[in-house]
This record gives sequence, structure tokens and C-alpha cells, in this order.
Amino acid sequence: MAVRILGWLAMLGLVAGLVAAFGYAPREVVQGNVQRIMYLHVPAVLTAYLAFALVFIGSVGYLLTRRAGWDRLALAAAEPGVIFTGITIASGSIWGKPTWGAWWTWDARLTSTAVLFLVYLGYLLLRGMIDEPDRRARAAAVVGILGAANIPIVHFSVKWWRALHQPATILGPEPSPIAAPIALTLFVNWLAFTLLFLYLLAKRTEIARLEEQHAE
Amino acid sequence: MSGYVRRAWIVVWKDVLSERRSKESLNALVFFSLLLLFVFQFALGPERARVETALPGLLWLGFILAGLLAFGRTFLVERENDCWEGLVLAPGDKSAIYLGKLAGNVLLMAVVEAVLVSLFALFFTLDFTSVLPGLMLVLALGTLGLAAVGTLFGAITAQLRARELLFPVLLLPAAVPVLLAAVSATQTVLLGEPLGEAAAWLKLLAAADLVYLVVGVLTFEFVLEG
Repeated sequence: MAVRILGWLAMLGLVAGLVAAFGYAPREVVQGNVQRIMYLHVPAVLTAYLAFALVFIGSVGYLLTRRAGWDRLALAAAEPGVIFTGITIASGSIWGKPTWGAWWTWDARLTSTAVLFLVYLGYLLLRGMIDEPDRRARAAAVVGILGAANIPIVHFSVKWWRALHQPATILGPEPSPIAAPIALTLFVNWLAFTLLFLYLLAKRTEIARLEEQHAE
Repeated sequence: MSGYVRRAWIVVWKDVLSERRSKESLNALVFFSLLLLFVFQFALGPERARVETALPGLLWLGFILAGLLAFGRTFLVERENDCWEGLVLAPGDKSAIYLGKLAGNVLLMAVVEAVLVSLFALFFTLDFTSVLPGLMLVLALGTLGLAAVGTLFGAITAQLRARELLFPVLLLPAAVPVLLAAVSATQTVLLGEPLGEAAAWLKLLAAADLVYLVVGVLTFEFVLEG
């Protein structure tokens, strides 16, 4: 029941977010309507980071306690995490085409997000290749922990790599403080995405539990 | 503690001895390095300037490709004759086995890297002697990072059916920061600039090495259970 309510709340939030993004938020002066992609892009990446943090927690929890629930948490967080990272990259790419004139540039954030995407895609591939639950959980947990520990290292390496090769950024100076309607729209969308993620998390955990029951 | 170091040392010694007698990995890796050199030459063409510009990247491309072969095999040899069981049953902290295997991999890579650098010097008429100390420092830090993740992931994938596919797919994205930092630092060194110019990269490499080592040491016992 609680999960169902969560689902409806997420749905409500997404509709409100959509309305706010297109109806309420003003047209950005410099970038025009393209800027509205931000209302999808930023919540997606924040949700992805939340998901990978949960993968880390689930992985550590499993290795410490050996209880299957932690592993289900890691799995249920990793799958939406990869999807939300994919949404982040795709929406960033669509934004980049009119703004930078190319679908892809080796921009620092784009690159580190892509690396993150590949790390957790590998994590899911690994999970798919091991049948025995305990072995799968242990192997995945080790990769999940290393992947999370790697996030700051990847971030800095890619940032410096870009800074050293191409000092001037296309975006120019840091944007001025965000206007209130834009901030509010962003907040509504972020909330909606977080609710959606929690709903997917709850559903996926449940499915994983049923799968395990069925296998026994 | 001395027992811990001794156990790690025994693993290194065992691997070096069996490698010295069989020469399985080393022969193949040296031959592979030679082949890579041809591939690089064919890809870049005869223009010397191109080779020199791409040199830091080429070197590390060679190392990571050789590493993918070498690290992937680390624990495969243990699957024969039930050696894996022996490792699991070995007394004491299992992370000693990880450190032993890691040291073995670093040794193996050191030989392969020495060969590859010499081959580059020979075939492309390059002179590394003046930059050798700096280059060795960068190679050591970079190799330790690659080997730390490679040894851990090698142990994970050794038990899998599609290990040849999965191992690179897991290792390459995780190794991105090490490769970026190592290539940039190598570039600085090869240009003859003082090591201080690459200080940020060297610190990043050292930090990455430390993080990977800590994760490897802490999680290895769970991997070894098989």
C-alpha cells in the first residue's frame, strides 16, 4: 500500500514538474527554451548519485552482515542508477547540440558521467553472469565499493585533464544566482525524480525478493 | 606482522618460481609487446612527429593492453589442480595473498614495461636516458594503480564463464583516472620538464593507488571464497 502511494506521489510530482518546467518557469534569456532541459538533466544526475550511494551502502552492508536484503538494495539501486545516468548523458547531449554545436564534446562533466555509466553498466553485466546468489552478491559488492570509491578520483582526474588541455570553457563564467521560479521548478522536478526513484527501488527490491523465493 | 609479510612473500616467490620455470606469461607478453609496436607503427604511419606527439598515450596503451592479459591470468593459474582451495585454506589474513599476487603482477609489468620502452627506443630511435628517473616514478605509480584494481578484478572474474569479456569491461572504466593521470604525467616527463610540473598528477596517482589498495586489502577475503 505504502509503495502504491509512493507511486502516485511520484506520478503527481512528475506531472507537476512537467507543468512547471514548460508553463511556470520563464524562458531563459541567453539560451532560450533549450535551457528547460536542465529540469530533466539536473534531477536525473542527482538521482543517479543517490542511487550509486545506495549501491555503496548496500554493498558494504552485505559484506558486513551477509544478509540478502543488502544485496537486493544494491541491485535495486544500481539498475535505476544506470538508467538515470543514461538520461543525464542523453539530455546533456541534446542540450549540447544547439548550445555547443555538437552532440558530444569531451567536456569534463560529460566525460566523468560517461565513465560512471560504464562502471555501473559493468557492475550490472557482472551480476548477470553469476548464478549463485551469495557469490554474485560478494563479487558485485566488491565492484560496487570500488566503483563508489572511484567516483571522486574519476571526477578530479577528468576535471584536471580538461583544464590542462583546454582552459577556456564555452560556458564562460559561473552563472549568476538562479532566479526563484527556476529554482522552484528545479526543486519540484528533483523531488519528483527522487520519489520516482524510491518507487522503482521499492518495486525492484520486491521483485528481487520474489525471484529469490521462486529460485528456492 | 612479520608472519603477514612472510605469507605475502611466499605467494610472490611461488608465482615467480613457476613463471621462471614455465615462462608462460612473460614470453607471450614480450612477444605481444613487439606486435603492439608494429600495430602502432602501422596506425600512425612513418611520420616521426606523429609518433612523438602520441608517445605518452601509446606507451600507456601498450601497458594497459599487456596488463589486461597479465592481470586476467593472475588467478586463472590457481584454478588448476585445486590450487584455489589451497589459497582459501591458507591460514591468516587473506589480504596477504592479495598483496602477494599484486606484487607479482607489478614485477611482471615492470619487466614488460622495460621491454616495451626499450623497443620504443630502438624502433623509433628515441632517447629516454635523460628522463629515466622521472619516467620510472610515473610508471611505478601508474602500474601500481592498474595492478591493484586488475588483481582484485582478476580474482573476481577468474571464476566466471565469460571472464575474457568481462574482465576488460570492468577494468577499463575503473582505470580511466589512472590512465589520464599517468599519460599526462608521462607527457610532462618526456618533454623534459621538471617533475614539479606534474605534481598534481603524481599526487592524484598516489591517492588513487592508496584508495585501490585499501579497497583491495579490505574486500579480498570475500572474493577469495570463490
